[in-house]
Amino acid sequence: MAADTFTFAPSRRLVLQVIGLGAAGFAVGCAPTIGSADAAATQSVFGPFVRIGSDNTVTVLLKHIEFGQGVSTGLTTIVAEEIDADWSQMRFDHAPAEVPTYGNGAFGGAVQGTGGSTAIWNSWDQLRRAGAGAREMLRQAAAAKFKVDPAEVLMVNGRAEAGGKSATYGDLAAEAAKLAPPDPASLTLKDASAFRFIGKEKAPDLVSGRADTPSKINGAAQYAMDYHPEGTLTALLARSPKFGGKVASVDDAAAKAIAGVTDVVTISNGVAVVATNYWSAKKGRDALKITWDDSAAEKRSSPAMMADYRKLLATPGHEARKQGAGAAALKGAGKVITADFEFPYLAHAPMEPMNCVLEYKPGESLLIHSGSQMPTVDQAVAAGILGLDPKQVTIVTHVAGGSFGRKATPDADLIAEAAQITKAINGKAPLRLMWSREDDLRTGKYRPMALHRMSGRVNNGAIEAWKDSTAIQSIMEGTAFLPPGQPDLSSIEGGYDMEYEVPNIFADVHWPKSPVSVLWWRSVGHTHTAFAKEHFFDQLAKEAGKDPLELRRTLLAKEPRLLGVLNLAAEKAGWGTPLAAGRSRGIAVHKSFNSYVAQVAEVTVKPDGSFSVDRVVCAVDCGIAINPDIVRSQMEGGIGYGLSAALGEAITIKDGAPEQSNFYDYQVLRLAQMPKVEVFIVPSAEAPTGVGEPGVPVIGPAVANALFAATGKPIHKLPMGTMV
Amino acid sequence: MKLSVNGKEIDFTGEEDRPLLWVLREDMKLTGTKFGCGVAACGACTVLVDGEPTRACITPAASLEGKKITTIEGLDGAAGKAVQQAWTELDVVQCGWCQSGQILTATALLTKTPKPSEQQITDGMTGNICRCATYHRIRGAVARAADIMEA
Repeated sequence: MAADTFTFAPSRRLVLQVIGLGAAGFAVGCAPTIGSADAAATQSVFGPFVRIGSDNTVTVLLKHIEFGQGVSTGLTTIVAEEIDADWSQMRFDHAPAEVPTYGNGAFGGAVQGTGGSTAIWNSWDQLRRAGAGAREMLRQAAAAKFKVDPAEVLMVNGRAEAGGKSATYGDLAAEAAKLAPPDPASLTLKDASAFRFIGKEKAPDLVSGRADTPSKINGAAQYAMDYHPEGTLTALLARSPKFGGKVASVDDAAAKAIAGVTDVVTISNGVAVVATNYWSAKKGRDALKITWDDSAAEKRSSPAMMADYRKLLATPGHEARKQGAGAAALKGAGKVITADFEFPYLAHAPMEPMNCVLEYKPGESLLIHSGSQMPTVDQAVAAGILGLDPKQVTIVTHVAGGSFGRKATPDADLIAEAAQITKAINGKAPLRLMWSREDDLRTGKYRPMALHRMSGRVNNGAIEAWKDSTAIQSIMEGTAFLPPGQPDLSSIEGGYDMEYEVPNIFADVHWPKSPVSVLWWRSVGHTHTAFAKEHFFDQLAKEAGKDPLELRRTLLAKEPRLLGVLNLAAEKAGWGTPLAAGRSRGIAVHKSFNSYVAQVAEVTVKPDGSFSVDRVVCAVDCGIAINPDIVRSQMEGGIGYGLSAALGEAITIKDGAPEQSNFYDYQVLRLAQMPKVEVFIVPSAEAPTGVGEPGVPVIGPAVANALFAATGKPIHKLPMGTMV
Repeated sequence: MKLSVNGKEIDFTGEEDRPLLWVLREDMKLTGTKFGCGVAACGACTVLVDGEPTRACITPAASLEGKKITTIEGLDGAAGKAVQQAWTELDVVQCGWCQSGQILTATALLTKTPKPSEQQITDGMTGNICRCATYHRIRGAVARAADIMEA
């Protein structure tokens, strides 16, 4: 633990409000308008992550944003376990933006950020020790108060007890926080057999298992868009229709004539209309007449871009893997199969469109209210634009209405736009920048379009050679997240490093360029590599005359955790048992973000050629499952998110501009298309790994393999639609 | 003119075409009603108007004189409470952005159809997008809410 323990009176930011529904009121940070149960409580600080209130609440500061994946419960559970709290006293709040204190260990600690399914595993040891350290300080304080030896003090359910005396953590906090924190290495952590919260189904005394449920079913949760300081102005930005276009000239007379419009300002990537409310800003933006300079813009359409990718694949790319004789082994006895798999651009489309509120005092400070995955980058970018020191930029992180990677941008695009606009109006009022749904779908930072060319040679019932060549724009190149000159292998993660035991393997990659902007999208490279690998595998298995499950078992014999989920999913799904007429099964297995997932999909192909995905059985090995029900919900949601992309989602480009603009033409999964899902968790004593992403990449190939089993026809292009 | 929101009368003098969504969120600070698409395609902004699920993002506030508007903050009654209880028991929510709309849509469904069939649940709920794909639990929670109401 850090040595900076002190007691302080709470600022508004740390005032915790209980948003009650039943006994387990959980505070969602930054909710100044709701409740006021313990506004007067004094908070004692136990290092960066733990606060204990005089009202006997224990607050965990989250260095990771809660955007649905469940960290407000998961990280809180880890602390509750080691501090020996009563679950009903636990609260959470987002930590401020501050590195290295709240840096992500998985990103080297220099950047505070949420992504790559790292929140739980990089916090696991840190928060256990934070909780255990606070517990020992409370024990010392209790020993002093009771005048007994610390070894005699029992810590149980948020109370210290010894010799018939008892005190709550709230009673002890102020004195305990003055003590020297113990050396983290000296702390004894609990044995798994003593866990009361970790790995348990809905913990005792809980109305709800999820810490954020109460505030999300009554409208009380405060997202960035819900923050309405007095006098807020709202901006909408008109951006170039084509990727890479710039403003040449603007006629803003009609926009300025709209009631409520206060300012029209041109910034680096467009023209912002600022108004007293959203509707006026929208009307103002609609009234702008802008001439765009498209000299550096993308002008191609998706088919032409894909044709360029095809040409690239006729040439050697960056060699990512060569095993055995590599590609040369495609020549030999038996049969060679080659198949192309095409993947479109995809939008993240979180339900809460991008937005933030900036309160700027020129030359002094900036306060950002947002729901960002990458506060450190936001802080630096805003400071640069406004001529401030990053320390003068304070960020209040709100729960976010989804993100899926979109709110983790290496260039802080949202904040950069908002900072330029507030600079242009000299911070005269709090400024909200809103993105409409059209902005969200048309502004880019898509999952990149990709082309995989898979080749394999099958001989005597065995796969003897395997080649995977990919063309895809790099996400990391040119960002601070990739040293110059280093290859961006995240583009093909899960593909080039696949685990199947094949004697000859070759993988290479091309990184074509385009002004169409790209970004990590929930499970990143695995979104396409898993599909190409797993669907192609079934085609080779068929050629080899092998059951696809049996061949996977053979080629994963040295991969116990992959084999474990594969066998569990197959068993629970009844692999090999008879199915109703028209119904078929497909299986896929994939490791991503150090978690292991296998899924069996059951599909029904109807006589008219339409099909439905009826049932999915999922097995996951994520080490210790801290909150099993959240692991299940992340698998369910990941399956829905991956199925959505597999069936219906595509951003297509025409003459440099996206063709889709809202949910009527960007087809995301709806309830009627959601299969029944059963999730099984492999019992494990391994350290926990992430679950936000690993459920996503497996469902597409599982469904494609089920359709392949039904029709004999592989699927070469996503989205696959709803007809075979 | 007057608007009736969650049992309270408020004066409304805004532009004729301004959608109810922005009146609720910006003027009344009833931020539980969410903006998702602006074109009635996702259901995040669903409120009840005289008990009917209604997309606030395309409904001009000026068209609602004399109607009773219910938002998530004003949700009450047997169906509404049962839905919230079921949502809690099943921990339906993930990011939560769409859930006000889901809950109000489910409440309207159960008010009209207290024992919905699986197909009726699908038909009643499929207009509301959940990008976290909590659909599996939404289906289960609507059925559970029906059981709670019957008990």
